[in-house]
Amino acid sequence: MNTKVQIQDAEFDVARIYQELREESAGQAGAIVTFVGLVRERNEIAGDGAAVDTLTLEHYPGMTERSIAAILEQAQSRWPVPWIRVVHRVGELTPSEQIVLVMVGSAHREAAFAAAEFIMDYLKTDAVLWKRERTGLGQTWLKSTAQDAVRAEKWRQPGS
Amino acid sequence: MVSVKFFAQLREVTGTEGVQVNALDLDGVFIELAKLYPEEVIAQLRGDNVRVAINQELVNGNPALTAGDEVALLPPVTGG
Repeated sequence: MNTKVQIQDAEFDVARIYQELREESAGQAGAIVTFVGLVRERNEIAGDGAAVDTLTLEHYPGMTERSIAAILEQAQSRWPVPWIRVVHRVGELTPSEQIVLVMVGSAHREAAFAAAEFIMDYLKTDAVLWKRERTGLGQTWLKSTAQDAVRAEKWRQPGS
Repeated sequence: MVSVKFFAQLREVTGTEGVQVNALDLDGVFIELAKLYPEEVIAQLRGDNVRVAINQELVNGNPALTAGDEVALLPPVTGG
């Protein structure tokens, strides 16, 4: 299975990663779904709702990568999605910056869409990462929301 | 000695990324930590929502430790 997880401070180049995945899956993949998560300037649900100055992500080198790899293994046990890339940034980010990339290749689009959504839902609840938001009102360590838990849980329901 | 690592808000309340303690099991780690930090900090380190990993594997209960083990205290995660 062709999966890769990268945790990095640096910005990532979606076009370059897409091109790599496209070449690796050439002739076999009929669909590549790409999701990019961006820093919003206000976080009304998990944060304090004031204008965000910075969002800082902390990780546990080694365990963070493994926690994400475990999510990808689950996705691959549910759908035929041989090609997956996840890039998650850590360190200090500002609004409009890219935080996370999920790219999934499959023979057909249905599996690629479903697996990409599944992976994102579990990155919210299971990936070993911590986010601290700084606004004019102060600094807050964010918690995953009730909505995140509901989204992850729905994949455990029969028929999902 | 085992090494104890703190992350996110737990790193902030202890003021450090980690400490070394002498302990034979996880309960022993908390006994040693209680000598280093005030009760309100210990309450946070032992919070219901804090998960414990030993050598990067999540554990429950009171597992035995061997010298050189890495014990990590993980507050609730928020990725994505």
